[in-house]
Amino acid sequence: MTPAIDLRGVTKRFLTPSGGVYTALRDLNLTVQAGEFCAVVGPTGCGKSTTLALISGLEPASEGEVEVLGKPVRGIAEQIGYVFQTDAVFPWKTVLDNVAAGPRYHGRPTSEARSTAREWISRVGLSGFEDRYPYQLSGGMRKRVALAQSLINEPRILLMDEPFSALDVQTRSLMENELLSLWANTRASVVFVTHDLEEAIALADRVFVISAGPGTVKANYPVPLTRPRNVTEIRMQPQFSQIYGEIWNDLKDEVLVSYERQKRSGAA
Amino acid sequence: MSARNAAARLDVTAPISAPGTPAPITDLAAQRIRARRRRELNIYGLRVLVAVIVLGSWELTTRIGIVDQFFFGQPSGIAKQLWIWITEETALGPLWEQVLVTMEETVLGFIVGTVLGVVIGVLLGRNRLLADVFSIYIKAANAIPRVVLGALFAISLGLDIRSKVATAAILVFFVVFFNAFQGVREVERNLIANARILGADDRRLTTEVIVPSALSWIIASLHISFGLALVGAVVGELFGATQGVGELIYSAEHNFNANGVFAGMLLLAAMALLAEAFITALENRLVRWRPPAVGSEIQI
Repeated sequence: MTPAIDLRGVTKRFLTPSGGVYTALRDLNLTVQAGEFCAVVGPTGCGKSTTLALISGLEPASEGEVEVLGKPVRGIAEQIGYVFQTDAVFPWKTVLDNVAAGPRYHGRPTSEARSTAREWISRVGLSGFEDRYPYQLSGGMRKRVALAQSLINEPRILLMDEPFSALDVQTRSLMENELLSLWANTRASVVFVTHDLEEAIALADRVFVISAGPGTVKANYPVPLTRPRNVTEIRMQPQFSQIYGEIWNDLKDEVLVSYERQKRSGAA
Repeated sequence: MSARNAAARLDVTAPISAPGTPAPITDLAAQRIRARRRRELNIYGLRVLVAVIVLGSWELTTRIGIVDQFFFGQPSGIAKQLWIWITEETALGPLWEQVLVTMEETVLGFIVGTVLGVVIGVLLGRNRLLADVFSIYIKAANAIPRVVLGALFAISLGLDIRSKVATAAILVFFVVFFNAFQGVREVERNLIANARILGADDRRLTTEVIVPSALSWIIASLHISFGLALVGAVVGELFGATQGVGELIYSAEHNFNANGVFAGMLLLAAMALLAEAFITALENRLVRWRPPAVGSEIQI
């Protein structure tokens, strides 16, 4: 079976404003099976977000191959959903029109798009807020809008870039549980980027550890915890702490390297 | 801070923070509302006072002859002049006709300049090559004092409405253009990425993301540019016209009628204020999605 996402020997370099070359990713190999929920963890600035940009086709790789659903990525890939770290819902559209945007862009008539949007709005628990503008919603509610906006296109690949990092702890575990139940119905392949190892283990089937920049996959760990999961309760299982200990051992070194580097560049 | 100040401060907060006897919340709210209303009344009072002092001293100094009313006019004379214009007619015909003519030139120039500014601004904002090629010419054109183009338009387009509309439009164009251009450039990358992932093509990207996002920039420029359109229309009239408020001012100037010049200025100010109210209403309608501005209560 072809994997949903396959990155082979991928390198990404950027030109810095001062004319230098900055290598964000180096020789990265990452494979996600169809229907698999993967989490990517790593220290700040290790190229986690860049990885998502390459998979989505927002940016081309400098070297190596990026394949999604068996096809090499050229431009924005079809059947992909992307939940951004910062707010990316359109502030000038109501909740209803934000969620209806995807189907409309795919050429569906507005009335049809809106009725599908209403279904998704109720699925993410925002019924009654259809006519609100994003500024009138809380951070958690805006994330729900973003989720519905992505999922309405029924993507087979869902990319999430630290989607819940700006939320408070309670809202966050609520949203994590809801994400899992929404995902259970779609069975899309997910790449979930986070710097929070606990979140990664609680959600994912597999955790990739990325090394301090230039990022490359240091190791990947299967998470054999049973589903359906409750992210709050699962953290208390002994198996959870065991997996956590194992991965943290690996991640810790990278975090320290990254921290030392930041300190040095701060001092320089 | 002096000790007395500190004491006064304490005194004010004392009834609120006194332990055991907190003031009822409704009382507090009513107190606050009363205080705010008092402040508003005070401000209106002070505003009237400023007008009375300025106009009063103007009237007084011209009456006793310290200031020559032949050159500087006189408030009562201005009022009288306006009254005559309204009840009888101006040297050019009925007053409302002059106002209407200038209004028409202004509004047409405003619309033409705004449409051109938005279209070209968005076009150049979206297209790197066009922007790089044309930016130098636009900067150069922006550097010349554009009102002098009114003279050119008077020659090339004649003395009818077209030369005034063109003068107004050219003044409006640059302000709107720069704002539209900047607005397009400042669109959040995230929103563009999101729209593209959701399946928006280039046309949708422009109409659904770029233009709405740039709209707050564009609308902000409309406040200034209506005033500029008025300037353009009046300057156009000064270069040669048979009707309009600018022409009215011009003919008053020729008759050494300072009061007439001031009266014309008052008319122009009234027109600008009217348009400003209209644009604010338009803004509130178009950018309903924006959170209420911080400190919007301190509007002047």
